[in-house]
Amino acid sequence: MTRVCIAGAGVIGSLFAGHLARVVDVSVLTRREEHARALNEHGLRVSGRAEFQAEVTAATTPGALPEPDLVIVASKGGDVDTMAGQLAGHWPGAILMTVQNGIGADEIVARHGGWRLLTSVTFMSGTRHSDTHVEYVLDTATWIGPSRGTTPADARTVAELIVSSGLRAEAFDDLRPAQWSKLIFNATINTVAALTGLRHDPHFAATGDPHDLGLLVRDLMDEGKAVAAAAGVTLGEDPWEMNVLATQRGHRHYPSMLEDVDARRRTEVDMITGSLVAEAHRLGVPVPLHEAMYRLIKAKEASWE
Amino acid sequence: MRVCVVGCGAVGSLFAANLATLEDVEVWAFDAARAHVDAINRNGLRLVGAGEVTGRVRATTDPAELPACDFGIVATKAMHTAPAIAATAHAFTGGCVATVQNGIGNEEVVATHCERVIRGTTFPAGKILEPGVVQWDVKGDTTLGPFEAAPAPLEEIERLADACTRGGMPTTAVADARGPQWRKVIFNAATNPIGALTGLTHGRVCERPALRALVSRLVDEGKAVAAAQGIELDSDPEELIDYAARPEIAYDHKASMLQDVEARRQTEVDYLNGGIVEFGRRYGVGTPEHAAIWALVKGMEASWTQQ
Repeated sequence: MTRVCIAGAGVIGSLFAGHLARVVDVSVLTRREEHARALNEHGLRVSGRAEFQAEVTAATTPGALPEPDLVIVASKGGDVDTMAGQLAGHWPGAILMTVQNGIGADEIVARHGGWRLLTSVTFMSGTRHSDTHVEYVLDTATWIGPSRGTTPADARTVAELIVSSGLRAEAFDDLRPAQWSKLIFNATINTVAALTGLRHDPHFAATGDPHDLGLLVRDLMDEGKAVAAAAGVTLGEDPWEMNVLATQRGHRHYPSMLEDVDARRRTEVDMITGSLVAEAHRLGVPVPLHEAMYRLIKAKEASWE
Repeated sequence: MRVCVVGCGAVGSLFAANLATLEDVEVWAFDAARAHVDAINRNGLRLVGAGEVTGRVRATTDPAELPACDFGIVATKAMHTAPAIAATAHAFTGGCVATVQNGIGNEEVVATHCERVIRGTTFPAGKILEPGVVQWDVKGDTTLGPFEAAPAPLEEIERLADACTRGGMPTTAVADARGPQWRKVIFNAATNPIGALTGLTHGRVCERPALRALVSRLVDEGKAVAAAQGIELDSDPEELIDYAARPEIAYDHKASMLQDVEARRQTEVDYLNGGIVEFGRRYGVGTPEHAAIWALVKGMEASWTQQ
């Protein structure tokens, strides 16, 4: 692979673009004209865990960019459909890789064209300081697995490319077991934390009294497991065991959705619980408790918006 | 007739002050708040707002001062029922004790100390403005009936209802008081914690269709638990919920549980959602949504002390 296009240059897209530009030709598809112009004129600065300046080619339409081997679709979850619609009819030989939270982004892209697809979930994070400056904060991995028309070897090729650029990545023969374990874990722990104000601590694993939070956590996870089973996915790690282990470590994790609520920001509940509920509806699996959590979080957001 | 109000907060004060306007009723109030008690003894107990009343009430923080009473009216927050009735029960050995508290399970607690118990449900509401002065926000009806396991005689219940009505608190004595009580419990359990968890007022909860549907799921679970006990609701809690959402009624009202959460006070969730879950378990009715809400509110209370 020698040409990569990053479609959508928020934090994650910018981190990919900056790093990959050190090893391959990188183009960037942006939403705003001035963003593309700034990238063409000034390049992209990466700071934080690495410090360098990258050269990229940017435009707001795919027709203005060279045909890539790989497209990393890095727009926000809610914008994937629009972005894929824009790519429709272009670059039939390229592999498209989605990196959104939750699940189902690759299926949205699939509706817009016959490209070969990879699916991934990324745990890296950063801060976007400007259109041309991104700070690399958390150097956690991106997990990559095959989706429509691709093989584990394709996933490994892309993972190796990403690793060679200075980011962390790991290829899976089948990403879904890991992705679904993570999704069920996140949809439960994040929403419970955001609504109660509790960091992830032993309350989440307590089941002795009828009002203990662990019972709700387990019920939410059981709903999620039923959706995974209906989707034909055998889970990787058991989300309940992940929960119990995490609460025993003595480090009370501050879930990002609670962080968002404390800062009165809009949360990622649409990408996380929203995608689980959408998948449950598609498969006809009842998830009343996740629906309740989703509605409560959306209402909580509305209380300060 | 001698009546003692146990727990002279907003609701207790509405009963105490109104009953005290009657020539034939002597009213006592037992409350733990020293400043409130002193103000009542100095200036009388004053209501402002929906009704302007000043009642001559004998108030005390010392249960030993209470004389023998014909009636007790327990109006503490539900979690304080046990210590309050344990301290005052000696005054009611020859009398009947009514509870007008939120939630379910209060009668059972009262009955561990008193022989003749009255199951009560009241809709008037208010708040304490300053010691001795209570804002009367909403007028409303009260229903009293015998508590089945330790029943007060119906003629005694009628005597208390008559006094309350004459005093300005319209009250009906009925043979089965569970219907109105469960209607109110279902209303409170389906709406209060939603306000507490989201920070939204009652009206804003109701205008979000998906959230309003969640409220209805909670109502349905509550109705199923009531039906399993053979309780006929006196009217549909849904009507009360929609009525309260009207701008001129309680659109902007912050549920008492939201007020508790904002002040980081322990809530009454154990007696609302917890009560519905517990009765559901006893009668074999599943209540997963109430169990979830109960756990979330308890988790929220726990977060205030998380290090």
